[in-house]
This record gives sequence, structure tokens and C-alpha cells, in this order.
Amino acid sequence: MEYEEAKQKIVEGLQKKQKVKSKFYFNDLAKILDEKPRVAKKLINQMITDGVLEYWSSGSTSMYGLKGAGKQAGAEHEEASDKE
Amino acid sequence: MKHETPLLDQLETGPWPSFVSDLKQEAEKRAKNEEGTEFQIPVDVVDDLIGVLELSYKHGCTHWKHGGIVGVFGYGGGVIGRYCDQPEMFPGVAHFHTLRVNQPAGHFYTTKYLRELCDLWDFRGSGVTNMHGSTGDIIFIGTTTKQLEEIFYEMTHKLDQDLGGSGSNLRTPSDCIGQARCEFACYDTQDLCYELTQEYQDELHRPAFPYKFKFKFDGCPNCCVASIARADLSFIGTWRDDIKIDQEVVQAYMGGEIAPNGGAHKDRDWGPFDIQKEVIDRCPTKCMWMDGKELKIDNKECTRCMHCINVMPRALRIGNDRGVTILAGAKAPILDGAQMGSLLVPFMKVEPPYDEIKEKVIEPIWDWWMEEGKNRERLGELMKRQGFQKLLEVTGFDPDPRMIQEPRSNPYVFWKEEEVPGGWSRDINEFRKQHQR
Ligand code: SF4
Ligand code: SF4
Repeated sequence: MEYEEAKQKIVEGLQKKQKVKSKFYFNDLAKILDEKPRVAKKLINQMITDGVLEYWSSGSTSMYGLKGAGKQAGAEHEEASDKE
Repeated sequence: MKHETPLLDQLETGPWPSFVSDLKQEAEKRAKNEEGTEFQIPVDVVDDLIGVLELSYKHGCTHWKHGGIVGVFGYGGGVIGRYCDQPEMFPGVAHFHTLRVNQPAGHFYTTKYLRELCDLWDFRGSGVTNMHGSTGDIIFIGTTTKQLEEIFYEMTHKLDQDLGGSGSNLRTPSDCIGQARCEFACYDTQDLCYELTQEYQDELHRPAFPYKFKFKFDGCPNCCVASIARADLSFIGTWRDDIKIDQEVVQAYMGGEIAPNGGAHKDRDWGPFDIQKEVIDRCPTKCMWMDGKELKIDNKECTRCMHCINVMPRALRIGNDRGVTILAGAKAPILDGAQMGSLLVPFMKVEPPYDEIKEKVIEPIWDWWMEEGKNRERLGELMKRQGFQKLLEVTGFDPDPRMIQEPRSNPYVFWKEEEVPGGWSRDINEFRKQHQR
């Protein structure tokens, strides 16, 4: 799958679910892309590097979200401190 | 102190060294700042840490929020976002992120290196560390978002030091001191640990697993890093040939010339060393006996439990044909209960560049787990859900009696249609020739 196509799928896929949740497991993203984990990982890593997606971590589990999406960013002063 | 802490103060009254005293000492050190450090995060961070902890004791619940979106550029692990839910009361710990620092193999440090790490952490963090976290990493406890990239830059550019793993990553591999100091080590734990850490950098830093994944390396079955209980893949040193016996030294132990267990239990009155009671009767497989003055071992029955070698290390030594036993699926309880590792590879030689370990064990297991594992499902749980036989199938190892604890306890081995001549279908006419209706 081409990167641009993958990006579009992910952005649309996650925006659709935005109302219900803002953090997704890696497997959810691989499913949206309909790719094997290794291929999906390459594409998703690129989206992280390009700032389309961002990581969220509880310490034990990692999740992905659209950059800036979800409650935590605003509620926990992330945006403010990122710009400092 | 900035906050009153009657509940924490009580913790200091016990007989043990107290982390509360340590924290107070650090808070005081920062307040005095005799070294003239230009603190990059609030000076009273440790005071506020003590304060919020006191409040947690008072309320009987935590005041830390769960997780966060912090990290360093390109890494999905190594930083754990922590935010206090009472930032007005405790501004010093409003942001209090944890960093995991990849510990050197076997925890070998120079004091110079430790000092550099601590100086960096005093300057850009709280100064509070955990040496070491349960995964093995050096844990830096508490800094602000702004400092993360700065610390990462200093560590990688000046101290030659990387962050460790957290989240759904390969976690920082950890090993025992191994051949550097220990004569029981059956392979070079430090080399294998280092090599796999380098090889799997992408897995360590960019989370794409269903959940955490741990490698741990023990040089022998004494299991100093407890790999068998904690690692998704445990690498435990072992040998295939015979335990080496020096009969003269056995006699010296029996005659009391050498203290058993390296003298570890000599402070009580256990009486003189009794080889029958303390070694032979304690052998779990009952494969040792005295033949006159000679100690005998039936090596094919020995499970390499290490007991006799630990008691008489100068008389008994590990064999010469050494390698590793690999177990899979140990974990602490989260979804399912706790599990010990299950034996997957009874014996494998351990030789650089370790291609056999990588290509026959690690990578096929990851491919399987990444595809089939559910969110937050550890390898051990997938093994339970799909069966050990599936693990054998994806790795290509043959079933072996050593994988079974005792008859009828682990139902790992089932016949498949292609393994049975004629498969599951039969010719009914052929069948009728021998069987009435
Ligand atoms: S696990 Fe074995 S080899 Fe490693 S340090 Fe412990 S006793 Fe020595
Ligand atoms: S290592 Fe353990 S099982 Fe083997 S002979 Fe010694 S005590 Fe027995």
C-alpha cells in the first residue's frame, strides 16, 4: 500500500470513531489498513514521524491517536508545555 | 519540610531503611543546593512528591493520572507520562514523567558513569531514581515535558546511553552478571543480551506488539534474574554432558575443611556438614549416591537444578557441553493469572551471531503473536488460548517428552489429519470387511 493511501485510510478511519474514542491499539490500525503487522508498522511509524499520529502510553500499554486528539491533550496541559 | 507528613513520618519508625527518609534528605539537599546546580525543574519537586504521597495515604487513593502523550521524538517507549491530579496543591509535581534508562548488561557500572547520570538527573529532573526497576532498567522518577528531549540528547550524545522499553514494546532485555563473575554461567549472558538489544532496536523503541514482551537471560538454572517467572522468552544456561566431580574436594567438604554453600549458612548451629542430608537427599530426581568414598551422579536423570553445585561449588562443576534452554510464556497476572515459562527448546548451542536463536525462536514467535495476539494479551496467554501445539507449529520444533511435566497434565500433543495414514476419512466397504453392521 502506498503511504498516502494508508494515511488517508487511517485519518478517515480514526476521525469516524473520534466521538467514541481517541486512542487506538496498534491492531486496530493494522485492521483499518488491512495489512500484516510488519507492513502496517512501517506505514504507521512514518505517520508518527510526520506528526499525523502520536503515541499514548500508560506505561504498560501503548496506544495511538491522531495528533492532538482526545481529552488528555487539553486537560493535562500538554499543548501548553509542548509549545514552551 | 514544606508539607506536614504525619503518616509518612510513621513509616520511618520501622527497623528498615526508609524511602521516606531518602526523599526528605533529597528535598533538603535541593533546598540547600550547596553544589550550586541550576535546577531546570522546580526546586521543591521532592517536597511536593512527599506532599502528594501523604495526601494519597490520607485519601487512600492515588493522585496520579493514568498515562500520557509524552515521549522523545521517534520513540514510543522509554518515557511514561505522569500527571498529578492536584497540580495547584503540588505544582512541583504537576508534570512528573518517568524515564526508563537502558541499564548496562549485568548492571556493571563505573562510579564515574553513575555520577554523570546522577548529575544529569539532578540538573534536569527530580534527582530521585530507582536502581533498578523490576524490568531491570535504571528508573529516573519525575521530570517535566520540556526536559525530556534535553535529557535524551545529553544521554545519547554525551553518555552513550539509550532509553529502555515501556508500553507495548520489547522491554529492555536484562541478564545476570554471567561469565563476567560467575563460574556457573553456561553461556555469555552479557553478549547475548547486548546483541539482541542492538538487533531489536526497532521493537524496543516503536511499539507495535499487542502488549509488552520481555527477554531475560540467566546463565544457569539458579535464575538470578528470575527469567523463568517473568520473561516471555527465558534463556537459561544449561549443559548436556556430565557434572564434573572432584572426589578429593568432595572429601574435603565432608571432612569439614571447606565450608558448604561458600559459608553462607555458618552463623547458626547446623552441626557438621552432612552430605547425605544436605545434598544427596535433597536432589530432586534422587540421582546421587555415595559409592564407598565416591560421590556418584546418574547424569541422565539430573534436571540441572544446581543444588549440589551450589552447596559444593569447589567439588562439583557444570559440564563442558554448554548451551541454553529456552522457555516461553512466563508473566505476572493481568488478564489471566501468573504463569511460569513452558519449555520450548530443551537445548540449543549459544554461538554468536546467534542466528539460530533469532531466526528459529524469536522471529517466528513474534510473527505469530503480532498477528494472532489480542490487545493486551501476553505470549503466555496466546499459548494457552491457541495451545502449545500451535507454538510448536509456528516455530517448527518437534514435541518432546521434556515439554510435558508429567503424563496427563499438559495436553499439548494432538494428532492432525495429515499425520495419520488415510486421514480422518475411511473406506466404508473396507471397514465392513472386518466389522459387522
Ligand atoms: S544465574 Fe547462574 S550464572 Fe547467572 S549469576 Fe546467577 S548463578 Fe551465576
Ligand atoms: S544438579 Fe540437582 S538434579 Fe542434578 S545431581 Fe545435582 S542436585 Fe541432583
